[in-house]
Amino acid sequence: MTTEENIWKLLEEVPDPEIPVLSIIDLGVVRTVKVHDSGVLIEITSTYSGCPATDVFIADIKSKLAENNIEGVEVKMKFSPAWTTDWLTENGKKKLKEYGIAPPVNEPDKSILFAKPFVVPCPKCNSKSTKMLSQFGSTACKSLYQCNECSEPFDYFKCLK
Amino acid sequence: MNDALISYCLRIGDSTLVLGQRLAEWCSKGPMLEEDIALTNMSLDLFGQSRMLYSYVAELIGDGETEDTLAFQRNEREFFNFLISERPNGHFGETIVRSFFVDAFNFHFYTKLKESKNEVLSAFAEKSLKEVIYHLRHTSQWVIRLGDGTEESKEKVQGSIDSLWPYTEDMFDMSDGDRQLVEEGIAIDLDSIKADWKKTIDDVLAKAKLTLPENAYMHKGSRKGLHSEFLGHLLCEMQYIQRSYPNSEW
Repeated sequence: MTTEENIWKLLEEVPDPEIPVLSIIDLGVVRTVKVHDSGVLIEITSTYSGCPATDVFIADIKSKLAENNIEGVEVKMKFSPAWTTDWLTENGKKKLKEYGIAPPVNEPDKSILFAKPFVVPCPKCNSKSTKMLSQFGSTACKSLYQCNECSEPFDYFKCLK
Repeated sequence: MNDALISYCLRIGDSTLVLGQRLAEWCSKGPMLEEDIALTNMSLDLFGQSRMLYSYVAELIGDGETEDTLAFQRNEREFFNFLISERPNGHFGETIVRSFFVDAFNFHFYTKLKESKNEVLSAFAEKSLKEVIYHLRHTSQWVIRLGDGTEESKEKVQGSIDSLWPYTEDMFDMSDGDRQLVEEGIAIDLDSIKADWKKTIDDVLAKAKLTLPENAYMHKGSRKGLHSEFLGHLLCEMQYIQRSYPNSEW
């Protein structure tokens, strides 16, 4: 018997293709799971609208459920409400840090120009003395930082609200 | 009613697609690694924004239309992208100024479009606005850095402002269909964002010690599908595979 609870559990085993330490549940992109008479409807959202991982999410969800003999799976995109880093689970933030990516911090100042700098602690040595190298990083969701103490460059998972 | 809506969505989606394609031309040619990545990151966001609207338009048209047929199988006259989005990249400063004018427009436009009565458009605007804030911050900072930089950077970027400014009015052009959609609470009256857009431009240029040209002749036509000579060349490259091997799939 396929239950929604059961599917949520299975989806925890589907990794983000770009940050494999996170599951799509940790990332907060799965919005609804509905079991109905003729199959399953899953609604997901993308983190950034052009994120190439989105198509992979859809394929991986389908194959994970197919492996578990769950048929009639439809995966739909849902754009509203828009994804925010608030939907990253606490567990997800912890895993990010262990993986070497600084999790999003609350950026108080969203002004376009000369926003006040905020502290992004180094995920390696926890120093609060770090600097931004580039606002855009290796994927749409990250910026590039460097630690002033241990000199290690690191990714920062940008705050998106 | 659908025709007006389809055209309105294409106006927005074509502009993000064509600007995204221009930014993608920088891939592996950026002036430094960080900027290469930044320009292509912004490009990716813009492609994503186009996809959201194209998939909606494909649904509205039906009849086998897809995101891909819309992007790869239409001709110049069927594109409604802003004239400024098709301007060639030029030097790095020129690319930045072009994006800066458009980002500032999109920032104010999406802020209003979030209130659209059309759910797809409001969801699109809500999502895209978050991305555009990063873009506008990035391009504004570069305009200031280049304008208030060396003698050479200032001269170059001022030249870009002078040559691109005449294509900005075109972004605010509206069709009769657009005005009808404004009445229905779906589209945004672009006259209502013009003052805010201009203020954003003025504030940044003041900090950059740059000026806008006076009494410039303003080019228009893209709302009707009339383009400059550059769009055809861009489409040639972008559509090459689909034109050579129609309907091929990955």
